[in-house]
Parts: sequence; C-alpha cells; structure tokens
Amino acid sequence: MDHKRITLFAGHYGSGKTNIAVNYALLLAREGKRTAIADLDIVNPYFRTKDSARELEAAGVELISPQFASSNVDLPALPAEAYRLVQDKDLYAVMDIGGDDRGAYALGRYTPYILEEGDYRMAFVANPCRPLTKTPEEALEVMREIEAAGGLPFTCIVNNANLAHETSLHTVLDALPYMKRLSELSGLPVWLTSAEESVAEALAGWVPEVLPMRLQEKYFDLPEQKDPPKPRPLFG
Amino acid sequence: MAERVLMKGNEAIAEAAIRAGCRHYFGYPITPQTEIAAYMAKRMPKIGGVFLQAESEIASINMVYGAAAAGMRVMTSSSSPGISLKSEGLSYIAGSDVPAFVVNVQRGGPGLGGIQPSQSDYFQATKGGGHGDYRMIVLAPASVQEMASLTVKGFNLADKYRMTAMILADGTIGQMMEPISFEDVEVETYDKPWALTGTGMKREHNIVNSLYLKPDELERTNFQRYEKYRTVEESEALWEEYLMEDAEICVTAFGIAARVAKNAVAAARAEGIKAGLIRPITLWPFPKAALRRAADQVKAFVSVELNMGQMIEDIRLATECRRPVSLCNRTGGMIPSPDQVLSSIQAAAGCRDGRLSEGQMTSPAQKGGN
Repeated sequence: MDHKRITLFAGHYGSGKTNIAVNYALLLAREGKRTAIADLDIVNPYFRTKDSARELEAAGVELISPQFASSNVDLPALPAEAYRLVQDKDLYAVMDIGGDDRGAYALGRYTPYILEEGDYRMAFVANPCRPLTKTPEEALEVMREIEAAGGLPFTCIVNNANLAHETSLHTVLDALPYMKRLSELSGLPVWLTSAEESVAEALAGWVPEVLPMRLQEKYFDLPEQKDPPKPRPLFG
Repeated sequence: MAERVLMKGNEAIAEAAIRAGCRHYFGYPITPQTEIAAYMAKRMPKIGGVFLQAESEIASINMVYGAAAAGMRVMTSSSSPGISLKSEGLSYIAGSDVPAFVVNVQRGGPGLGGIQPSQSDYFQATKGGGHGDYRMIVLAPASVQEMASLTVKGFNLADKYRMTAMILADGTIGQMMEPISFEDVEVETYDKPWALTGTGMKREHNIVNSLYLKPDELERTNFQRYEKYRTVEESEALWEEYLMEDAEICVTAFGIAARVAKNAVAAARAEGIKAGLIRPITLWPFPKAALRRAADQVKAFVSVELNMGQMIEDIRLATECRRPVSLCNRTGGMIPSPDQVLSSIQAAAGCRDGRLSEGQMTSPAQKGGN
C-alpha cells in the first residue's frame, strides 16, 4: 500500500472513522514509519482515539488528543501540538476528523498547510448500513457539506460497509455497487476497503486494498444471543 | 429477515418515533442525547414534520403539552439536568391526561454532574420528579434494538392510557452502535375524541386543563386517574428472566447494567453458583409479581445499578424484605465490570441464614475496587 504523508479520515458520524484511523496508524507503525495520530473530533465526546491509547503507545504511535478527551469536560478545544502534524514533515500523520460538517469545521485551520504541502489523502469513510447515508446520493450530500466546512476536497473513498458484529463478507460485497455509484458521482476512486480481521481475510481477492481492523473490546453481551458470551469486539 | 441497519441508540429512538407516527419534536440540546435532535432536524423537514429547537427545556416540554392536547404524536428528549427542568411540564401533562413521549438519556448527577452514563434518575422517573400524585410509564431499554422497539411501544402506551411514557436510557446505550431492524413492534393508533382539534361548530368544545377549582372535583379526578394507573400496573409490566428456573441468587439490573450483569451471571454459573437475572424492562409499572415469585425461590438478591441504590428499594418493597438484597453499584459514569458483579454474586451466595454480613453489604466501588 502506498502512503501519503498526511492521511485524513472524515465522513458521516458513526461511519467508522476513528477505528479506521487507529488501525491505519498502527499499520504505518508496523511498516516502520514514524507515525502520529491526532484526534480532531470536537463534536462527539465519546469513542475517542484516546480509547486506544495503550495499543497506540505499544506500537510507538504518538497520540495527540484534546486535553480533556474521555473526561467529563465537554470542551470543544484542540491541542496546540496538533500543528506538529502539518509542520513536522518527517512524520507520517493520521488525522481523525469529527463527524459530518460540524466535525469538519475543526479541520479548517490546518487546511492551508495541508494544501500548500500537497502530500495528503483525504478519505471519505462510507458505510451504506448507516441510516442517513443509505444511498450514494445521501453520502455525496454529506461529502459536499464536509468539504464546504473543512475547505479540503476529498481525494478518495473508504468502503467501510459494516453491521458491527453481524458483518459478513456479503455485507461488504453487497456495498460494491453503492461504492461504484458514489465513485462515479464524486469522481473519486475507492482507495481502501476496511473490515474486521476475520471479514478482511475473506475479502482477499474480492477487492484490491484491504485494511484489516482490530476493534476495541467491550464487555457488554450481544443482545441477540441467548447465552451471554465472553467479551467480544464491538465497533465503537 | 427485515433489513438491518447500524444505528446509534439515540438515532434508533428518533427513527422509531418517526415510524410510530411522531411528526412533532420539540427539544433543547444536551449531551449525551443530542443525536436525537440532530436526526429529527435532518428528517422532519423531509417528511412534513416539525422540528423545533426551543429556547429552553421548559419551553420545549410546554410545546409538547400543547401538541399532545391537540392529539398529535409528539415527543421531546433530554438528559438528566434537562429532565429536571422539564418536570414541571410533566406534572401538568399528567394533570391534564394527555399522552406524551419523553426520552431521558441519563448522565451523572446530581447537579451538572458529568456527561458519562448513569442510572441515577430512577427515583425521578418512577416516583415523580414533578409535583402532585402522578405516574409515568417508564421503559428501560438494554440494547439499541430495544431503543427502537420500546419507543414504538411507548407511543402506543401513551395514547392507550393518555399519559406520559418515558424512555429511561443512559449515555452508553444512547451512544453505542448495534445492528437493528424496525419491524418488530406494531404501531397502534387510538381515537382521540378529547383532543383540541376544533369543533367545526358540530360538537361541544373540549377542555384540556390541570386546574380544578373545586377540591372534591380534584379529588375525584385523582382517584379516577389512579384507577387507570392500577390497570397499567396489572397489565403492562415487562421483564426478562435469564437462567431463573433453578436460581438461588437473583441478580436484578435494568438497562446497560443488565448487559454487564448477564455476563456475570454466566460466569457465576460456570463456577457452579446457581445465579439468575431478572431485568425489569418497565420500571413503572415495576414487575412486582416476578420479584415476588423469585423471593419464594432464591436465597438472596443482588441489585446492580449505576447509582447509589435506587431500584433496590422497589426490590425490597416487592419482596417485602423476605430475602436480603445487596447492592453492587458504580456511579459518576463508571460502569462495573463483570468481575465486580461476580464478586457480589459470590458474596451473596456465601451468605448464611438469609443474612449478609456488614462486609458483604458494601459494593466493590466502596471497597476501592476499580
């Protein structure tokens, strides 16, 4: 997989941006790149990049997140260190942008630097199983709103079709016509298909670039199951 | 199989409300339920509905009162401090016998508390909150699927009994995402001859009001209303039982706490402790009969709650204190781990002569566990 110096993940809220950003940063680190990830989500105070702090640290990925992330302070402020991502050009930078246009406003202050350097990939994370982006047309609307808010045009699409723990190979393959249509409408290529590890394995050969993802574990049982199980991963 | 979608708990409530026929949403933003308002803001204009962000919680609950009096399916949503503000309106709505649907996605308290999940509004929801003698139907979902199905159920019950149905969720279920489908609860519709829809000069005008100038009339109305509440108590209690057939320890928990408790019950079974779970789905009416039955069978109860011990009082009342009830709790946004619940079950299983020692009464949190 080829990498740009700065990779940004944006999209509809709940589309899977944070999980993908974290797993992509871990992939960069595994490839031996000096990597930093920044949590620029000022909208949702839950499901933060910081929830994966331990894994990121173990992999040698630097984590830059708002000072009050995961606390009770619901404060939409960004850390000054985040500028390092655009200024330190020896770094591979991953930016996790907040959901929808509201989340993308926070991106605006970095946009001039990113555009000036020109070595970036702005990825639109799409999940057709989400209710407000069930059609490519609705996804395109969200895409345009985010671009208007953040000032940075998208360069590619990430197929993150999933139904959390119910995701199967078919969930992803059924989304291919949707992704093709979104690609036609936007004029952008589908760069990556992201899926939980077991699904990602099954996807080999079906789609070109696959990002296998490890997901955060929660200890709530899955409601459909009669017998509650050991902790199983859920999408955040 | 019905189509599956991946939804946040808050979105599931909003979409289910629309499917239940709700076309009027009045609210004021507060974490962790704002996705409900955001969803309504996006969808209502497209389906000819009304989304209105009022100037305050008090304004929005009174808009609900007005739309409900006009016979509309109407809702508002908020989180703990916001529900306190709405409580005056909830009392007026109860005093006027109009149906309303209200969502509380709880956060930590008292006061501003915090934005992390909590279940500390159990008293407020089930015992009042507002002034006067009144009740609300209180539904406690434990999954995103139930956020949707209990929302439809709530609208049905509100219309059926002309009273408020409240979803008492918490920040975790509001924010978490799970795959769900929508077709599992049928939307019921009820005639509303009492509604303020205009007489068309063809009938006497209706009055919706909670003011009674004559004390005997107010008393009569209160007695009649409590007859209605008794019918609700007799016919609408909902609960889930898990491994209760031969249980000797009964764990009780609602909402997200029940999801953790279920894991702990399974772990206790693996250790040979006969544990079971009763999960109240309606907190009012409280499933007293199930608890009473359990009290004939089990040695002890363990109440798992994200508060300082609120539902535990209803368990003691329902079981008339015939068995010891211990508390396993966390507050402030902390959630117990299955291991913490398991150690409470172990302590209860070790109890002798139906009594717990002082040490066993303390919760893991009080012992300084994490």
